Amino acid sequence: MRDRLLEVRGLDAHYGDFQALFGVSMHVAEGEVVAVIGANGAGKSTLLKCIAGAMAVRGNAVLFHGVPIGGGPAHETVARGVALVPEGRRLFPSLSVEENLLVGGQIGRKGPWNLKRVYELFPMLEERRHQPSPSLSGGQQQMVAIGRALMSNPTLLLCDEISLGLAPIVIRDIYARIPAIAAEGLSLVIVEQDIVQALKTARHVYCLQEGRVTLHGEAKTLTREKISAAYFGV
Amino acid sequence: MSDVRVRHASVSSWIGTTIVVLATVALAAAPWWAERADLRLLAEIYAYVALASLWNLLAGYAGLVSVGQQAYVGLGAYVLFGLAMLAGVHPLAAIPIAGFAAALVAVPVAALIFRLRGHYFAIGTWVVAEVFRLLAAQTSALDGGSGTSLPAAVVLSIASSRQMREFTIYWIALAQVVVILFAIVWLLRSRYGLALTAIRDNELGARSNGIDVVRIKYAVYVAVAFGTAMLGALIFLQKIRISPDTAFSVNDWTAFVIFITVIGGIGRIEGPIIGTVIFFLLRQTLADLGAIYLLILGVVAIAVMLWAPKGLWGLVADRFGWQVFPLQRRLVLKKR
Amino acid sequence: MEWLNTILQGILLGGLYAMFAAGLSLIFGVMRLVNIAHGDLIVLAAYVALVTVQALGINPLLSLVIVVPVMALIGYVLQRALLNRTLGDDLLPPLLVTFGLSVIIQNGLLELFTADSVKLNAGAVEIESIAVGGGLAIGVLPLIQFALAVAVIAGLQWLFYRTAIGRAFRATSDDPSSAQLMGLNNSHVFGLAMALSLAIVAIVGVLLAVRSNFDPAIGPARLIFGFEAVIIGGLGSMWGTLAGGIILGVAQAIGAQLDPGWNLLAGHIAFLVVLALRPQGLFPKVQG
Repeated sequence: MRDRLLEVRGLDAHYGDFQALFGVSMHVAEGEVVAVIGANGAGKSTLLKCIAGAMAVRGNAVLFHGVPIGGGPAHETVARGVALVPEGRRLFPSLSVEENLLVGGQIGRKGPWNLKRVYELFPMLEERRHQPSPSLSGGQQQMVAIGRALMSNPTLLLCDEISLGLAPIVIRDIYARIPAIAAEGLSLVIVEQDIVQALKTARHVYCLQEGRVTLHGEAKTLTREKISAAYFGV
Repeated sequence: MSDVRVRHASVSSWIGTTIVVLATVALAAAPWWAERADLRLLAEIYAYVALASLWNLLAGYAGLVSVGQQAYVGLGAYVLFGLAMLAGVHPLAAIPIAGFAAALVAVPVAALIFRLRGHYFAIGTWVVAEVFRLLAAQTSALDGGSGTSLPAAVVLSIASSRQMREFTIYWIALAQVVVILFAIVWLLRSRYGLALTAIRDNELGARSNGIDVVRIKYAVYVAVAFGTAMLGALIFLQKIRISPDTAFSVNDWTAFVIFITVIGGIGRIEGPIIGTVIFFLLRQTLADLGAIYLLILGVVAIAVMLWAPKGLWGLVADRFGWQVFPLQRRLVLKKR
Repeated sequence: MEWLNTILQGILLGGLYAMFAAGLSLIFGVMRLVNIAHGDLIVLAAYVALVTVQALGINPLLSLVIVVPVMALIGYVLQRALLNRTLGDDLLPPLLVTFGLSVIIQNGLLELFTADSVKLNAGAVEIESIAVGGGLAIGVLPLIQFALAVAVIAGLQWLFYRTAIGRAFRATSDDPSSAQLMGLNNSHVFGLAMALSLAIVAIVGVLLAVRSNFDPAIGPARLIFGFEAVIIGGLGSMWGTLAGGIILGVAQAIGAQLDPGWNLLAGHIAFLVVLALRPQGLFPKVQG
């Protein structure tokens, strides 16, 4: 099982008295792109937060390189090589584009990604490097958020709804860069509501419904009927 | 809908209220069973229960964390001294006047310091207290910075015999704390109390539910100033001597009051009472230590804030579900 | 000419107030914490300087080499061991804990050093002055103090906008949970911010000890001066804070010139007037 980069086993997660995840299990192999789909409130973002170490969960519910990392702290999880592109981008508004990227790189992990490489991936960011991040368009901000996560040179990149609120052409543009990112040998977990996009990008797909995994399998083997049954519970 | 009504009382609050009533009667009779020194101590305890209850209303319920309530203790005291010494007003009549004067002053003060958000509000209240202290020190008619004493004629006008004077002040002190506690219970049981509790628990939520948070905070600030000034007036009437440094002392009228409330349980009516009892017990045993005593008190308050943020009464109330004052609202089904 | 001198002295004093304010607004900016014990920590630094000078027999200004790292260390430990636990949505815990800290420091110092006021002697530099013509003279010490204030503010400005740690401060200030997800350890970042704040406090404490008599009880007034400088200058603006300190210093100097009793009162009134007319401060930071 050496190729199992990430393994989630029987993960429960709570917000106070509310339980958001019930015994979720999944795994990601090295170099693999995995998509997590599901309706609003299915627990997709919660799952990513648990992997990123931002939620208090059982330690051995999340294994990374076989090491229990559940419950964080988040900054140590980043140092281990897990980076998150958070939902809604969450750029630092008082920092410029380049400063946002540099914050991502502050952890100091060695690897292929640096300012130069990120600007090669997203050339339009270089022209705007000194602009305040809120002055960018939504799509450009999403590129900064991805670049910021890449700057920490992760082996696992978690992307939370990168298509949210963006025009279809912009979404296609951003997803077109995913192969180039995966080519650097890192694995991705992509949370998406856009099922078509998710199935196109990922090899494996997990579907969440009300905090439980209702379906998983290889993207190309899943039929539309199976997915809508798992998605809506009908 | 009509089958449901709101009940405030619980078994423990019936027991609690009965104890409070009996204790009040016993304490009112204290001049017949207590020593003179004990009466003075009791009056001091009442003052601290009342001051802490008012601060609790301000900080614990309305979210207005003031570290400058000494402004109103001192203001009330100075108004009483000024009226009694310069205008010939009877000192007992001057107590309510001091309250009204402070409420009047609190209106523009609140308008100013409410512009400061959150933490900075706290320091703003301190600046106000400093301004009052410096102004008192500039008041040459009351001997400015060195302070002054009430003349014998004023003291004698309270009552001609020393014993009667002490009894009178004692009873007023008791009446003050009873009225203040009663008023707070009444306020918290009214619809404003519901609003205040909502503000305490979630200010944003309260705001979005149509509660006029600013107006309620404003009203609480002014009302607390009114009560605090009357307490200050009586405290210094008993002391007979006043100076800017004692009347506007941050240690005596704010640090102690905050520690009492935090240790007893902030945001609960019982908290200041329990806190005051603990405070005086500690003081009787540790008073010889001087500065160390305050240091210990500070450490205890920080420890309580970190590990038992609801205070000692909070621990008790959570464990046993007790409440002394009938405040909680429960919905009960009417029997048909 | 007397008035010109008064204003000049006020400006120089304002530098000191700006330094009271700089440490206060630094930690407010990074972690939204108002440290009520700030003034008492300044006094603590003055006593650390006193002990250092007495133990080593060095010039007080030289004692900075020891006082600054000692205070910075205290700041880091204080933040990580105590203050980080108080941070959150509720305003009450940090306020009450730093208020308790203020009382603890004051009474601890009182117990150790008594209420007697003391002063550090920096030697000849204290009485030297430079004639600037027209019968005006500027004391060398106030000048050093003002120059240090400008240097501290400029240094903070540089640190915040030109260094990695400054970037981390701003990122954490913007969005602490997101910063944590990007690999910044908030507890550590906050610890560093408090260490930096207390390093400034150390400089201020030594200057205060050389400038005038001090005793354990003078802390709260320093907190209030610093706070007033912050509010007059406008939140979040470091050069504004310097301006706020200067306005406060000049107001106090003018007040004292009119009547010695009006020294502090004039400063408070200047603050209240600004609060009444321009609650956002004179030079608020423009949000970009």
